[in-house]
Amino acid sequence: MGSMNLTLKIWRQKNANDKGKMVDYKVNDISPDMSFLEMLDVLNEQLINNGDEPVAFDHDCREGICGMCSLYINGEAHGPDREVTTCQLHMRMFKDGDTIFIEPFRAKAFPVVKDLIVDRSSFDRIQHAGGFISVNTSGNTIDANATPVNKADADKAFEAATCIGCGACVATCKNSSAMLFVGAKVSQFALLPQGQVEATDRVLNMVKQMDEEGFGNCTNTGACEVECPKGISLENIARMNTEFLKASLKG
Amino acid sequence: MSGLLKSSIGRKFAMALSALFLMFFLLQHFAINILSVFSADAFNEASHFMGTFWAVQYLLQPVLIFGVVFHFVMGFVLEIKNKQARQVSYAKNNGAANSSWMSRNMIYSGLFILIFIVIHFIDFWIPELNVKYIQGDMSGLHNGEFRYFHELQEKFLPMWRVALYCLGFVFLALHLLHGFNSAFQSVGANNKYTKGLKGISKVYAIGLPLGFIFIALFHHFNH
Repeated sequence: MGSMNLTLKIWRQKNANDKGKMVDYKVNDISPDMSFLEMLDVLNEQLINNGDEPVAFDHDCREGICGMCSLYINGEAHGPDREVTTCQLHMRMFKDGDTIFIEPFRAKAFPVVKDLIVDRSSFDRIQHAGGFISVNTSGNTIDANATPVNKADADKAFEAATCIGCGACVATCKNSSAMLFVGAKVSQFALLPQGQVEATDRVLNMVKQMDEEGFGNCTNTGACEVECPKGISLENIARMNTEFLKASLKG
Repeated sequence: MSGLLKSSIGRKFAMALSALFLMFFLLQHFAINILSVFSADAFNEASHFMGTFWAVQYLLQPVLIFGVVFHFVMGFVLEIKNKQARQVSYAKNNGAANSSWMSRNMIYSGLFILIFIVIHFIDFWIPELNVKYIQGDMSGLHNGEFRYFHELQEKFLPMWRVALYCLGFVFLALHLLHGFNSAFQSVGANNKYTKGLKGISKVYAIGLPLGFIFIALFHHFNH
């Protein structure tokens, strides 16, 4: 397969207060082996050489681990491929002559900072509300294997813990709900004995913070699970629901 | 507990509970309606019992009305809240890539079902209230015979009503195709039985409305 010429429709917005609009760009000679972000790098070099403002987008590790890259590509979070982040998305997923829509993750709780960069600190505040365990590590640290954990539970907790907090679930959800993210963060601890001590407060506080941030309500469309780069299961939302109800009854 | 409806999960749970109750009610409604296909007498007996037994009329009926009103009011409230959670919409959104049409359009299928329910109430429920509680005739008789079966047949004579009811049931099927499983997920049941439940949900969501359509058509063509 040879190189590709593409038309890009990209959301440009100067700052948080700017209204913003979609702008068309052309890029030529894009290799199918490039990652999506490398393609954007090509565009930005082209813009800089022409004396234009480059497109601002989030990225860091570029290997699908940090959760920094985002982008809503052709109507899907992290683009058309499955279980990958935008940085792992290859240009071979597109065809020569394609028009590609590139938009920021949209949600009231994810305000646009500039162009394609959104502020996802609402996720941080949810984590601060309870996404941790309090362990005293001052000199008498307990051996990691001292508390036995059922293998099946450990596996499920681990799967939940693979969430990188990128926000694709929110961006994809027609209701901008953050329940897959919060479900994963609650489950990760709810499944382990170390998480039991603070279980009640954790789920109540995290859900309260989630609601305060202005995320929508989950209607179980399952879109989040499909678009999640880490394949976090809807099971985690169901688990959070049970945890929340149990905690609410306790008071 | 009083604060439960203020939380997103609490509202979701309440939505699911009312849905489960309504789905159980539908099954019961169907069970009585299908009697009309096999035996006019059995249908009359069952209708008379449901229409006059105190526990059904004064306990279950108010719960049902509350369930219906709660489900659609909460449905609208959630829809408005969810719309507010995304103020700038996408220039291009490919919803079909990750979710079913039914799951994304519950508000529209629900809205049509609501219109259907209003018509259904005007057709059956309001005349029933009129006869029993305004005119005070609890006998269930008309010219010395039970009136229920004849009333049912009469209602399904006009083609427009049969067509409207069938359309209502199609929307009910679409609503249930997402709603049945969704209700279980919302109350926290997502486990090894979920796969099996999805099969049952398809049977229920398609079978039940088809059954209702069959009854409407049966009475339209056999009178």
